[in-house]
Amino acid sequence: MDQEESRNFDEPAGTESASTESVGTEPASPPAYTTGKIERRDLLKALTGIPIVGVLFWRAFRKKGIDDFRRREILSELGDIGGAPAIIPQMRHTAGEKIRLGIIGFGGEGEWLSRCAGFATSEVTDSWSEALLEDRGHTALRDFLAQTDLNLEITAVCDLFDVRAERALSASRNNIRPGGEGITLKGAVHYHHYRDLLDASDVDAVIIATPDHWHSRMAIDAVRAGKPVYLEKCMTRTEQEAQDLYRAVKESGMPFQLGHQNRQIEAHEKAREIVEGGILGPVNLVETTTNRNSPGGAWVYSIHEEGNPDTIDWELFQVAAPHKVPFSAERFFRWRCWFDYGTGLSGDLFSHEYDSVNQILKMGIPKSVVASGGIYFYDNDKFFAHHDKEEFPVVEMRDVPDVFNVACEYPDRNMTLVYSATLSSGRHRGLVFMGHDASMEVGNTLTVTADGGSTRYRQRIQQKIIDTSLPLFSYQPGQERIDAITSASDQYFLTRGLMYTYRGGRRFPTNHLHIAEWLDVIRNGGETSCNIDRGFEEAITCHMATRSYLEGRRVEWDPVRRKIV
Amino acid sequence: MEEAARLDHLGPSEYRKMQLTALVILRVLIGWHFLYEGFVKVINPYWSAGGYLSESKWIFRGFFHWIADTPALLSIVDFVNEWGLILVGLGLILGLFTRPVTIAGMILVFMYWLCNPPFIGYTYSMPPEGSYIIVNKTLIEAAALFVLVLFPTGKQFGLDRLLFLTKKTS
Repeated sequence: MDQEESRNFDEPAGTESASTESVGTEPASPPAYTTGKIERRDLLKALTGIPIVGVLFWRAFRKKGIDDFRRREILSELGDIGGAPAIIPQMRHTAGEKIRLGIIGFGGEGEWLSRCAGFATSEVTDSWSEALLEDRGHTALRDFLAQTDLNLEITAVCDLFDVRAERALSASRNNIRPGGEGITLKGAVHYHHYRDLLDASDVDAVIIATPDHWHSRMAIDAVRAGKPVYLEKCMTRTEQEAQDLYRAVKESGMPFQLGHQNRQIEAHEKAREIVEGGILGPVNLVETTTNRNSPGGAWVYSIHEEGNPDTIDWELFQVAAPHKVPFSAERFFRWRCWFDYGTGLSGDLFSHEYDSVNQILKMGIPKSVVASGGIYFYDNDKFFAHHDKEEFPVVEMRDVPDVFNVACEYPDRNMTLVYSATLSSGRHRGLVFMGHDASMEVGNTLTVTADGGSTRYRQRIQQKIIDTSLPLFSYQPGQERIDAITSASDQYFLTRGLMYTYRGGRRFPTNHLHIAEWLDVIRNGGETSCNIDRGFEEAITCHMATRSYLEGRRVEWDPVRRKIV
Repeated sequence: MEEAARLDHLGPSEYRKMQLTALVILRVLIGWHFLYEGFVKVINPYWSAGGYLSESKWIFRGFFHWIADTPALLSIVDFVNEWGLILVGLGLILGLFTRPVTIAGMILVFMYWLCNPPFIGYTYSMPPEGSYIIVNKTLIEAAALFVLVLFPTGKQFGLDRLLFLTKKTS
């Protein structure tokens, strides 16, 4: 035992006695006389590995050749659009003149937009700094500071809730911001009424992030006062408001951007190229969806403890609403739940899906719309079967539906656009374009799968070049080119490996890019990607859906008289 | 007498023929596996160890996550993996520098196991073919390489034979 353990390969041969039972050593050193002499037998035994390596490379390169051939064949189907990434218009240099911004509405979305513009409240930056002390991997502060400095100043803010007005002022003064080092900010002035803000001489452009019922009159007044507008969706609360706003913006010529940040998603631009390139064949059905399953997702937002008639100007809030009621904290904080202020699933979430599809297909306003739905979960009786009354002290819940389905017909395009939404199921369904030759799922990434019944790809499917059980290809943001998928492990690496190899690239919130584009148009001219024409299409389509739901009938769009009938 | 003095019938104990055959086959098969794995990684422009490393859940996960999160480190690790697998594979098949490549291969594969071992409660995004608990094929391969370290065959079947024979002894 000891002898064997102490043995090592450097000991000269012959120092221990041979033992025919023990195995496991090679000779320790060559016998003296053989040194330098290589016999044929030695060569044969030495070179046995070389043909094996040869066979491996032969088979491996052959497999690679077949895979490459399949990839090339698949990509040749894509024609021109195959190799290149999506064409995103280059942002022009933003260090032009400083733009002085007014922000009207500093609730959840208003504060988020201001952050995307480079201004965060000190409360938020303090909390990020503290979080960083505890967790070195906390990136919120770093990501915020890494945003492009858009050369802005917030000079005016307006909000009817004192607490939010204070937060807006704090954001305008906080110099912990991209490009803000060492610069003291003067801070904004707070205006109680938005018209006073629009009258201010030190406001160049406005962001409007109020509830929907204020959108049209604020935006109309703003463009008439010569201020470019960034307006949150839904563009308006009613059809008439959409008509009025359309006219006002066209007459004023002011740069107008509707807050559909999906316009900045790279994968969407690529999707458009894919559809226009005929890869999917004729698209006949587009399925869009919303699935959420939380009170917050259903707009049952928390009511601020300081929200009361003293801190909220309720009378002013209601001026643009069709029905006036006594002070209701619920209606103020959860305005999305009532048709008096918002448009429910139609203008809140269908609008985003619609605009994404409009960006990709450019199909405009549908010929007819049928919608239906109901309040199936978020009414008092049903809701409190599942939730605690103390956690949600509620008097009135909502009058907008929480399950909503819409079918929009486009006979000129031979397709139907379907929207299906529920606020009480979280199942993921996604956004799918169904064509005769292939279907495409669109999210942050893009996946195209050939259809077994395709006529365009029939030959390639028979030749086993295209496998319909796998995607044809998939596209990731930041990817340099589209690459075809030839096996399941290919798919695995393309969809996962790339996420982790995406390094060195910068990533921004899409709202930041959307605001930056608007500012770019203000400074340098051109068209915004979600301009008043796209905004009008969005508003009309959403209002058609809302009216169909409320009136219980199919509604149509009269393109000649340009109204909903 | 010269016959007997040939390497193949050499004095101090050597393998019986079947044992030698089995060991060489094992060495070549493992080498083939390494070489092909390395080959496909090198020709795949999207391959990175990042995905595998990020999924680490066991006690060394901090180390593996750190590599995945540090781009410079990850590049090095990717390179070492791709070319390490190829060099180990070639070394094993060709029987060249057999001892160091076998040890290197063993350590490499053992680290793969340490990163994502098949323990209860650990699920990974790439499901394995087969059912494993604690022991999986990665661990078995590491153990097989360990055997090959202790039962070397490169000097008999491999280019090491030529190196060995031309080595000057004092």
